[in-house]
Amino acid sequence: MKVMVSAFVAALVIAFLAPVVLDQFGWSSAEQYSSESVRLD
Amino acid sequence: MNFKIFGAAVFVLATLLFNPGWAEEAPEVDRTSTGGAQTLEDIMARQAQMEVDETFRSENLGDPANAAPISDELGTLGGRSDADAWRGIRYNELDPSTQVRGPAVDVLIQDGGMSWYQLREGPVIAYGGGAILGFVLLLVVFYFVRGKIRIDGGPSGTKIERFKAIERFGHWLLAGSFVALALTGLITLMGRSFLIPVIGLEAFSTLAVGAKWIHNNISWAFMLGLVLTFCMWVVHNIPNKLDWQWLKAGGGIFTKSHPSAKKFNAGQKIVFWTVMILGFSVSLSGLSLLFPFQMPMFADTFGFMNSILGTNFPTALAPHEEMQLSNIWHSVVAFLMMVAIIAHIYIGTVGMEGAYDAMGNGQVDLEWARQHHDLWVDEVQAKQGKGESS
Repeated sequence: MKVMVSAFVAALVIAFLAPVVLDQFGWSSAEQYSSESVRLD
Repeated sequence: MNFKIFGAAVFVLATLLFNPGWAEEAPEVDRTSTGGAQTLEDIMARQAQMEVDETFRSENLGDPANAAPISDELGTLGGRSDADAWRGIRYNELDPSTQVRGPAVDVLIQDGGMSWYQLREGPVIAYGGGAILGFVLLLVVFYFVRGKIRIDGGPSGTKIERFKAIERFGHWLLAGSFVALALTGLITLMGRSFLIPVIGLEAFSTLAVGAKWIHNNISWAFMLGLVLTFCMWVVHNIPNKLDWQWLKAGGGIFTKSHPSAKKFNAGQKIVFWTVMILGFSVSLSGLSLLFPFQMPMFADTFGFMNSILGTNFPTALAPHEEMQLSNIWHSVVAFLMMVAIIAHIYIGTVGMEGAYDAMGNGQVDLEWARQHHDLWVDEVQAKQGKGESS
C-alpha cells in the first residue's frame, strides 16, 4: 500500500516538475510562438 | 440463464460492431454541364452527410504549363485563374510566400480539419466507447458465468514474496499515470458530446483545461513507468514452449486445472507485450502531439511504408495533418490499451482470489503461488535453499 501511494505521489511530482524542466530547455509555448523582443516575461 | 445473458451481450456487441458509423459514399456525378465544377448534386450529397469525392476540385488547380503570355489577361497568374488559386489555398497545394516566420505559417487553410473532426467525433467515440462498454459488460457476464477463481483448498496461510518494492513501484507508477491519462483523455475526447450537456460550458471549460494539464504532464510518469517495468520484467516475459501449453489449457480458466508457469504465465506475457507495444506507440504519438513541429511522425512512417510495401501514402504532410493523424492514432491505440487494461484489472482484483496481494503488499499465499506459478515457486525455494535472495 505504501509503495502504491508513493508511486502515485511520484507521478504527481513528475507532472508538476515536467513543465518547469521543459521550460528550462526552451520548450515553452512562449518560446515557440514569439521572439524575445516581444515577450513580456 | 447465464447463457441468455451471454447471448444478449454478444448481440449488443455485434450491433455495436456492425452499426455503420461512417458516411455513405455519394453516387458519381456528371459535371459536364458545369464544365467540371461543383454541381447541385454535390451540394445535396454533402447536406445528406454523404462522402463526396473532392478530387474534381482539389486536383483542378490550373496548369502553369498552359500559362498565357504576360500580356494576356491571366498572364500574371501563371496559368492559374483566381478560382484555381483559391482552390489551391483551400487544399494546401499552393506555395505562398510570406514574411511571417514560424512553424506552419505557409499553411493558409487546412482542409483536412473537418474530416478529422468528423472521424474523431463519430467513429472514434462510437467504436472506442462501445468497445469499452461492451468489454465491461462481457466481463460482468464472464464473472457471473465463471465466478471468482478461488484458491483450490483455500489459502495456506504461508506467504511468499511475489514482487519486490521497486517492481511494485514501477507497476503503480505506470498504472496510476495510465488511469489518470485514460480518464483525462476520455474527458478531452468525449467531454464535448457527453459532459457539456450535463455540466454546462463554463464548468466543462475548467475541467477541460485541468484535464489537458494533467494529460500533458503526467505522460512523463507513464513513460518512465513503461521503461522501468520493461527493464525489470522483459527477461521474464520472453515467450517459450511452456506458454503454448498454458494457452492450450486455456490458462485453466474453464477446466479448473492449473497449467505450469514460471514468474509470468502466457496470459500475463500477452498483457506485458500489449502494454509495451501499445504503450510505446501511444507515447510516440503523444510526443508528436506535444511537439508537433519538432517531432512529426507520420510523413517519415508513410515514407518508410511506401519504400517497403510499395504503397502510395502521402509523405508531404502539413503540421496540421501530422497532428490530425497523430491524434486519431493516439485515440485508437489508447482505446485498445484501455480494453486490455480493464481485463488486467479484472483478473487482478475481483476475478481471482489472492491475485491483488501480489501488487498490494508483494506477499502472496504460497498455495496460490503453487497453483498459478508452480515453476517460479520451485525456483524461488531452490534459491532460498542455497541461501540466495529471490
